[in-house]
Amino acid sequence: MRKLADVILPPVTLAAMLSAIYMVFVYVPTDKVQGIVQRIFYFHVPLAIMAFVAFGTVAVASVMFLWRGTRTWDRVAHAAAEVGMLFCTLVLITGPIWARPVWGTWWTWDARLTTTLILWLIYAAYLMLRSTSGPGDQGARYAAVLGIVGAVDIPIINRSVYWWRTIHPAVLVTREGSSGLADPRMQSTLGICFLAFFLLFLWLLWVRNENMRLGDEVEALRQQALGQA
Amino acid sequence: MLALIRKDLQIEFRTKETLAALLLLGLLTLVVLSFAFDPTSELRGEAAPGALWVAVIFAGVLGLNRSFLAERENDCLQGLLLCPVDRGSIYLAKVASNFLFMLVAQFVIVPICIFFFNLPVTLGLGGVFLSLVLGLLGFAAIGTLFAAIAVRTRAREVMLPLLLLPLAVPVFIAGVKVTAQMLVGKPLADVAPWLNLMLGFDLIFLVVGWLVFEYAVEE
Amino acid sequence: MSGAVIETRALGRRFAGVTALHALDLTVWAGEAVAVFGPNGAGKSTLLRLLATLLRPSAGVLRLFEHAVNDGGAAARRRVGFLSHQSFLYPDLTPTENLDFYARMFRVSKPVERVRALIERVGLTGWAHRPVRTLSRGLEQRCALARALVHEPDLLLLDEPFTGLDVDASTMLASMLRETHASGTTLLMTTHDMARGLDICRRAIILTRGRLMWDGPIAAMSLDEFEREYHALTQSPPGLGTTDRCSR
Repeated sequence: MRKLADVILPPVTLAAMLSAIYMVFVYVPTDKVQGIVQRIFYFHVPLAIMAFVAFGTVAVASVMFLWRGTRTWDRVAHAAAEVGMLFCTLVLITGPIWARPVWGTWWTWDARLTTTLILWLIYAAYLMLRSTSGPGDQGARYAAVLGIVGAVDIPIINRSVYWWRTIHPAVLVTREGSSGLADPRMQSTLGICFLAFFLLFLWLLWVRNENMRLGDEVEALRQQALGQA
Repeated sequence: MLALIRKDLQIEFRTKETLAALLLLGLLTLVVLSFAFDPTSELRGEAAPGALWVAVIFAGVLGLNRSFLAERENDCLQGLLLCPVDRGSIYLAKVASNFLFMLVAQFVIVPICIFFFNLPVTLGLGGVFLSLVLGLLGFAAIGTLFAAIAVRTRAREVMLPLLLLPLAVPVFIAGVKVTAQMLVGKPLADVAPWLNLMLGFDLIFLVVGWLVFEYAVEE
Repeated sequence: MSGAVIETRALGRRFAGVTALHALDLTVWAGEAVAVFGPNGAGKSTLLRLLATLLRPSAGVLRLFEHAVNDGGAAARRRVGFLSHQSFLYPDLTPTENLDFYARMFRVSKPVERVRALIERVGLTGWAHRPVRTLSRGLEQRCALARALVHEPDLLLLDEPFTGLDVDASTMLASMLRETHASGTTLLMTTHDMARGLDICRRAIILTRGRLMWDGPIAAMSLDEFEREYHALTQSPPGLGTTDRCSR
């Protein structure tokens, strides 16, 4: 498993990302309606999906950690949260950049954006909880609790915001569906971008996890050297 | 479990600290929010539901924090953990007492809100209280769970709002919606989906909290 | 094996990579009074909290009253009392109310009478209706002892109970512990006060750095002898030699 990840994953990810960049900037045709800005879409959407997938990972790892108690699951949850936070931040940055020229406004309060914003807040709370907890396993356990509750809550939040918005008359143009990509080149570009970001997620998750694992090992060695272990 | 609730109530009768905090903070929030809106404006009444719920939530966060702060003195939480009761029961008892305190505070906060925002006192108040009951129950469910956690981190005061507010969004939205509709006299049936949402939220998180509480309190 | 109140095999506990207790094997029989000595950080409090089921072991097995303690240990808790230097008393409630609360939580039958009897026994009658906040440390500790005994536990665990008590309070606590032991309760006590420990207990164990280094009867030893033994064990540098278990 380690071999696979260390040796194969980085170059594959790199290849995918390079192809994605190429396709987004060179290959795909400019959107007639939105112009060049629309290219952000190819980054924005996969990033968004991965941000939620990352939180799903956090949730699953959290359940496993509370159930099994092995440090591995805790590391996965932590790593996934950090990567997820990164992706979520990028989504919230690329979104408005795209929205402003296209919709004429930086932000709307529709269900998807709002849920993503709240996801970001939950990520922030998760990471802060980890850093301010007391010594020992406490931080890991508390974070796991948050991971689980957060994951259960996100769909509910989404639903409630959706109802909140649709009962009111739409103030702005509501977001168009993610398809409506007539041109097959656009579809393939989007597909490659999905793949690229998925691989990026896996790779970052792996690297961060390894990072933490090595940190743990160093700490264990240090304790041993001090005669504690 | 009853003994636990009784104990919390006893402490409260003695000190009245939590209720005082809830009432004062709720009142202050309403006052400040009143300044945010033009007193002569016709639209003022529309801001009332939002203001009410903001006051409820902010005061609630403080009250929840206190409920576990009290257990920290003399390490009473450990004392509770020594008792032959399962952790889920401790959780439910705490949710119950927190819920009761917050609800009682509303008997003062709601009239003050009506007073400040010049709301017509219609029959809709029953519906408003229903939304408060359902909303506070859900709020207490997640709040109790995370208050137990937050009290033991270093960033105590900051942690609970940070954890709680994003997660409480559905309850907040629903509460404001229902309150708004009720205040203009709409029938209860209109807001049924929101009430169902709140009820669902309450049940789900009571169960999740009950299952997960032991991880939040044990070491 | 009848009558073993505590039995641990390879009991271990880690906190974030630091091992507080290593593979501890310990058996305590009904009616014993055992003192646990050791320098700070040796793992005494950790051991006690594991035995009280306040902590879960990271490794090994714990049996209390001949049943394995798993998943919470509610059944075992009913027969275990725990006294720490924190009193676990609600400062705004009176001793009577505190004890009443704990009596109900432990499902004591006839809680009101029991509480009244306990208050008399620990000598708190005059202060029974004032908030615990107003009591001195000695009185508070007496109330805490009452709390630990309210359900007539078969095993009483004490974590440095004499800390912060003045001479009178210490003497009183010591005599109450002796009484409790005489009535059949098993005692396990950690303390830094060696004289008291030898006075009340008949057996002692010494922990250093999470390992059990010494385990034996002390009834016949003098304070000096024991002190020598203790210093010998606790001065040894780390990593030198094996665990010097000396069971007699």
